[in-house]
Amino acid sequence: MSVQNKVQEEVTIRFAGDSGDGMQLTGSLFTNTTALEGNDLRTLPEFPAEIRAPAGTVPGVSSFQLHFGSKEILTPGDKCDVLVVMNAAALKANLSLLGSGGIIIANTSGFDKRNLNLAKYETEVSPLEDDSLADYNVLEVDITKITKESLSDSPLGYKEVERCKNMFVLGLLYWMYNRPLQSTITFLKKKFKDKQGIANANIKVLKEGYHYGETTEVFSSRYTVKEASLKPGTYRNITGTDATVLGLVSAAHQSRLPLFFGSYPITPASDILHGLSKQKHFGVYTFQAEDEIAAVSSAIGAAFGGSLGVTSSSGPGIALKGEAIGLAVMLELPLVILNIQRAGPSTGMPTKTEQADLMQAMYGRNGESPIAIVAPRSPADCFESVFEACRIALEHMIPVMYLSDGYLANGSEPWKFPETKDLPEIEVKFEPARTNNGPENGETDKFLPYVRDKRFVRSWSIPGTGGLEHRVGGLEKEDETGDISYDPDNHEKMVKMREAKRDKIAGFIPLQEIDNGVENGETVIVGWGSTYGSIRTAVHELRQEGMDVSHIHIRYLSPFPRNLEKLLKGYDTVLVPEINNGQLVRLLRSELMIRAKGINKIKGRPFGVEELKKEIKNGIGSSVA
Amino acid sequence: MTIETKISEHLKQKENGNGEEKYSSKDFSSDQDVRWCPGCGDYTILKQVQKTMPKIGVDKEDIVFISGIGCAARFPYYMDTFGMHSIHGRAPAISTGLKVSRPDLSVWIITGDGDSLSIGANHFVQLLRRNVDVNLLLFNNQIYGLTKGQYSPTSPEGSTTKSTPFGSIDHPFNPLSLSMGADGTFVARTMDRDPRHMQQMLQRSHQHKGTSMLEIYQNCIVFNDGAFELFTDRKTRPREAIYLEDGQPLLFGKDNEKGIRLDGLKPEVVSLEDGGYSKEDLWTHDEGDKTKAYLLSQFFDAPAPGETQMPRPFGVLYAVERPCYDEEVSNQIDAAVEQKGQGELDDLLQGPETWEIK
Repeated sequence: MSVQNKVQEEVTIRFAGDSGDGMQLTGSLFTNTTALEGNDLRTLPEFPAEIRAPAGTVPGVSSFQLHFGSKEILTPGDKCDVLVVMNAAALKANLSLLGSGGIIIANTSGFDKRNLNLAKYETEVSPLEDDSLADYNVLEVDITKITKESLSDSPLGYKEVERCKNMFVLGLLYWMYNRPLQSTITFLKKKFKDKQGIANANIKVLKEGYHYGETTEVFSSRYTVKEASLKPGTYRNITGTDATVLGLVSAAHQSRLPLFFGSYPITPASDILHGLSKQKHFGVYTFQAEDEIAAVSSAIGAAFGGSLGVTSSSGPGIALKGEAIGLAVMLELPLVILNIQRAGPSTGMPTKTEQADLMQAMYGRNGESPIAIVAPRSPADCFESVFEACRIALEHMIPVMYLSDGYLANGSEPWKFPETKDLPEIEVKFEPARTNNGPENGETDKFLPYVRDKRFVRSWSIPGTGGLEHRVGGLEKEDETGDISYDPDNHEKMVKMREAKRDKIAGFIPLQEIDNGVENGETVIVGWGSTYGSIRTAVHELRQEGMDVSHIHIRYLSPFPRNLEKLLKGYDTVLVPEINNGQLVRLLRSELMIRAKGINKIKGRPFGVEELKKEIKNGIGSSVA
Repeated sequence: MTIETKISEHLKQKENGNGEEKYSSKDFSSDQDVRWCPGCGDYTILKQVQKTMPKIGVDKEDIVFISGIGCAARFPYYMDTFGMHSIHGRAPAISTGLKVSRPDLSVWIITGDGDSLSIGANHFVQLLRRNVDVNLLLFNNQIYGLTKGQYSPTSPEGSTTKSTPFGSIDHPFNPLSLSMGADGTFVARTMDRDPRHMQQMLQRSHQHKGTSMLEIYQNCIVFNDGAFELFTDRKTRPREAIYLEDGQPLLFGKDNEKGIRLDGLKPEVVSLEDGGYSKEDLWTHDEGDKTKAYLLSQFFDAPAPGETQMPRPFGVLYAVERPCYDEEVSNQIDAAVEQKGQGELDDLLQGPETWEIK
């Protein structure tokens, strides 16, 4: 039987196994090779919430999904085409994500009685042996056994040998998708440069997997996914977390300020702390505080001293930081708060994604404490968005909330990264020292820390500057002097002033663009944050079907771009898909009086393109409540 | 001037110093009306701080006072330095961020027993264990003043207050023992009614490298008047208070007629008048001895039946050098730069692996 070579436009592969099976590494190595081959791609890892859930059980399953193609790829894929399952639990946890007719590559050693029990399969018969998988194309390979045989004369111990089995899977898939082994071999040699035995064993098993595909003829087809037509340039692969780290370091560089990062570990934000703490040679200060409140407070202290003060967390931690963020509003100091959102109220579902903290960002503080809000839309866009968050904070002396989420943080995509020389400058001016506190030098008698420029922004007057000694605080302050004031008219003036200052930012951010479609059309889909990929793909496909539907994606959520209202009023129907119970939709209704209708999913998972298309079709024409 | 140059210039100045007093205490008085209750102990603390500042040889613009919430927390507004009146309990955290990023500044935390030992207790102990080089003045009045008279974490058991009409059943904190337990490197106590001693202690706090924890017994004339009268009243003070001096025997009493002697680890009050003991038999204060400092901090609770009441110690109980967090952070950055070279942003942006699309 000869093997056919088929060309595919896009493929989604999901690697699933026990936490100890190395599926994350397998997935990321396949991703790197795929990126080097010039495909567009998106990835999404899914880890168990438990650190070491019992091996073989469903809660212990770890997965990595990769969607790649020769066309534009913006989501990790709805349903997968290939599902690798290293054990019964992995099959049980992931089968619903496999498209009909999809390929299952099953490690038969992971389907013995013990594994079936651990996975809580109720029948005695393995799902590989009954008819339950009849709709799929199942390839059974005893990966564990082959790996052991392949390494039978290796000096490695039993456990080390078994750990090589993920390389067999990788090799087999490289054969299926016509991918070269070289970049993985280079990686393994580098990773285990002090452990030659382990490097050699992994490389041997990798090749074994590749040859298995070539010689056994269990597959009737191999697949080719051609290069995507990405914009010419130099690319790297990047996760949302790494892009955030790079954006922060870049913003500090472009503003010529030290970066001070105060944080407390929380899923899924901790990786930013890990990433930044490696960048000490960029002069980055990282401070793992005793709690969320200390984390934000330390960043405020650093900002008072003239640093770019940044703190990070996820929803529950942001709740704790609320009072301190209010303080930064009153002090009118620059502060960047990263919220890597996760699902649910309270502790919720820490490892699942959601975009349900928009209202918290907007209104979640006592009194009236307006701040700016910026949301990235894709892993690579985290770079530009966090850079913008820093720019706004520094140039407008205001706290800025950056609303990312777990899906963006952990996902990855190719990124045409910028060069330093192409990055914009961030203009920061500290108030200069006063030579003499006297009117003869054109100085007022007293230094006035709350005098504002025409953007309503006060000066950044840092300690160590002669003649600027002044006091700031959380108590209401008199305009200009900053002295404590309980005057009723002054309070009203200051509340409105702080809001007006926030609103003025609208003059210093780009106008809202239409991502795809037309102005004044029938329907517009308005999104923010991580729904970008699903909405863009869905709208693209609906337009190909001939529908008059456009896509607008909002990065600047507070204040809104100044043309947003006019733009949205040009459509008959405004639909707002969100991974929450309806938050942007409420803001559009209340702030802009737009008759918007929500499309909501609250399952801790992103929108699939197909389900979104269906919802959009349902939503069009239906009346708005 | 970038912050880096500003910091290094300031640090240089600090090293050189100029020795002479550039300011008078008036220079540290802001234009704000002081609004504590008449007779409040805070007034004298403010005055002693303003008198001490010219003596520490630091430029005004390099001094920062940071407070939390409470009566004491208004303090920064009355000092003509940089200042921040922040939020309840968080001054140590804010100060940590400031000092780590600006080691050139002299940072003073103003806090009270509620601010530091209830809502901000976590930050208080973390500050001490990290040993950030800041000075913390703990105004202890054993009551919540600003919220009008509830018991505080230092109010003695049985205190009848607005929120404890039947007497407090909370066991109070002993702030000095707590500081010792948190591995504080400078633990001291003074009182509002002894200005000269307070000034000495403020200077010592400034001189100490690391977190200086100075507890100040402060009288709240409205809600807890006389809480420390035994120690502050001229008549009872000689009997009830003992002033510590490094290298000196533990003497107290009107004519230093009493002393404290250690029997193993058990302290006892002895008389020097009846010929039984002489100065040489007494406990010699050693600021570097942790065990003895802890024992001194325990001169606090009412004695067990049959045991003598110990006098309350004032002065520096404990002072040792330990690496400061802020300095260690800077050292780590310097080491990283030395090891890896100054970070090149383009290398970071590029990452480990790239590919070309033509």
